[in-house]
Amino acid sequence: MATDLIRLGVVLAWGFVLLVPMLGARLGFDTFAFEWTRIWKVMGVLAVGGLLVVAQRAVSARRPDRAHAQHRSRVHVPAAWGWAALGVVAVVFPWFADNYARDVAINVLVYVTLGLGLNVVVGLAGLLDLGYIAFYAVGAYTYALLNTHFQIPFWLALPIGCVVSAGAGAVIGYPTLKMRGDYLAIVTLGFGEIIRLVLNNWDAVTEGPNGILGIKAPGIYYPVFGEGAVTFVHFYLKSLLWLYFVALAIAVVTVVGVHRLDRSRVGRAWISIREDETAAELTGIPTLKVKLLAYMLGAVFAGLAGAFFAAKVRYVNPSSFVFIESALVLCIVVLGGMGSIPGIILGAAAIIVLPEVFRGLELYRMLAFGGAMTVMMVFRPEGLIPAGRRKRELRGEAAAEGDAGA
Amino acid sequence: METLIQQLINGVTLGSVYALIALGYTMVYGIIQLINFAHGEIFAAGGYIGVITLSLLNSRGVLESHPVLGLALAFLLAMAYCAFLAVALERVAYRPLRKASRLALLLSALGMSIFFSNGMMLCQGVYDKAYPTQLYATGQFTVGGAVVSYIQVYIVAGAVVLMVALNLFVNRTRLGKAMRSTAQDRTMSALLGINANRTITITFVIGAILAAAAGVMVGLYYGSVRFDMGFVPGIKAFAAAVLGGIGNLTGAVLGGMIIGLVEVFAAGYLASEYKDVFAFIILILVLYFRPTGIMGEQVDDTRV
Repeated sequence: MATDLIRLGVVLAWGFVLLVPMLGARLGFDTFAFEWTRIWKVMGVLAVGGLLVVAQRAVSARRPDRAHAQHRSRVHVPAAWGWAALGVVAVVFPWFADNYARDVAINVLVYVTLGLGLNVVVGLAGLLDLGYIAFYAVGAYTYALLNTHFQIPFWLALPIGCVVSAGAGAVIGYPTLKMRGDYLAIVTLGFGEIIRLVLNNWDAVTEGPNGILGIKAPGIYYPVFGEGAVTFVHFYLKSLLWLYFVALAIAVVTVVGVHRLDRSRVGRAWISIREDETAAELTGIPTLKVKLLAYMLGAVFAGLAGAFFAAKVRYVNPSSFVFIESALVLCIVVLGGMGSIPGIILGAAAIIVLPEVFRGLELYRMLAFGGAMTVMMVFRPEGLIPAGRRKRELRGEAAAEGDAGA
Repeated sequence: METLIQQLINGVTLGSVYALIALGYTMVYGIIQLINFAHGEIFAAGGYIGVITLSLLNSRGVLESHPVLGLALAFLLAMAYCAFLAVALERVAYRPLRKASRLALLLSALGMSIFFSNGMMLCQGVYDKAYPTQLYATGQFTVGGAVVSYIQVYIVAGAVVLMVALNLFVNRTRLGKAMRSTAQDRTMSALLGINANRTITITFVIGAILAAAAGVMVGLYYGSVRFDMGFVPGIKAFAAAVLGGIGNLTGAVLGGMIIGLVEVFAAGYLASEYKDVFAFIILILVLYFRPTGIMGEQVDDTRV
């Protein structure tokens, strides 16, 4: 307790030193003012939060058995029930929601798709990709260009977008996959930026920062039974209600696809590469091919999401595909639990819905995500809903660290 | 010919800045094998402290009477601040993960990078903060038809001084020796009585000091700072560190110069809107064909 308080004091003092110039100084054009009020506010929040942590630690130190018991008494619900309930909610929900809620839900579904796609690369194959949003951009621009120049409808463009994204995945993946670990991360980041810069500057094709306007929404033909003959009427799925179901279909395809991949031979090959690439290679896995496949399949899901995004917004421009979006998707995967499908669904929901609920705190969104990413890595690297195997692996290492630290 | 010399001068100026940032990356990577994503943000924080100090002095009229003193103070305070920031960063985000997987450490670094850049945005706003440039070192002179401003001279000279100081520190002092031995084999040097945690903290502090100086230099050179100014130079400086051979100090300086020159020449002669693309392409080509970099030794699986 006492040492905790001293620690808290040091942390607060350190934070104070860092905050004073950054937060206090108000620079105008050629003017300088200093404001203490903002500093005291932030310090107050930090102090209260710190004291709560200290108090919590003191309480749990006094009652260690209870803290343990809480961990053990998890309610165990069969997974199928959970999925069924989620499915029912997903289908029923939009009929009772207003357009705003539908819009948020569509965003969640898009990010579920992106998160699961990135999960193939990061969670299963263990390749850190920091430029994942580039494939999303490729999917979006493929549909945008095909639709505006050649009037190719959404459903036809969707597979084309997937193929083009997979191609982009292969082109980016092939030279990078010889590298390992963190070099790969920085190169994918570079590739992501290159694609964005090209989209931003290649005016002749992409219209540069102005973006591409006039993209059509997905359309369907439905039959009308007239006098003796059946005619098909074309109908654009412009309303958010219909778009929601298109997004849901894409997300479901992704969930099922990623689930099947996870349990497949290729999925196990990915996991073995993640665990130990050299050993995987020695057991006869063609690591380069399998890694390339992870890249391409990850890109396919991003392409799906991208084409849908272009069709929903009916406008694309490069500012939708900045690095921070890649970081956001990565944050979903990390927060939810790498390799865990329910975790990523929860992560996507949390990361999209929470800022909507706390509208006033919109500005603090990325600050919170950045902080959460580090906090998760330090305290709960396996994510909110961990994938079983991943959990055991990470916990083992964390426990060793805890023993050494205590 | 004049443009060539002009580009060369501009390239060297930019290259010195990249080199200073790259040194921080390469030292940290050398000692804990981590791409310190937040390094770019430390550089940006240095730029902010520089502009805050100079504005404060300017508003009190000190900058008009003692411009050199004011500049020196701006550099020193920026360095001190960034040292504090780096210690906090290392303690909070990296030390608890010493034994964790590399991916966890990297994600933690990425989280801190996002946290810092958004923290700076919330503190100082989204708009550029202008350096009061009209008050110091405004002169320029010509060399062979190319215009050299005093700021450029100061930047290159300052960078050289810092690099020489770093070289002396790493090669001549006990702490420098401890750094080198910890980078080589942390367990062994710990057995020989070198405090690994303290050495790693010192490495972060030195990297942050160099980045802070670079941040103030960039602020002086371009006349303003922004909360997200650390991102792209951060990646380029990392590219420079890799290009030179990660973990190698001379390599980082060389890589920084090359990246700076390539960027300036590409912008001048090819297409200015694609200048960032060239830096990334160099990075990718180097990693593909010679992942050990120009000066790097053979790197085994555990390091790459």
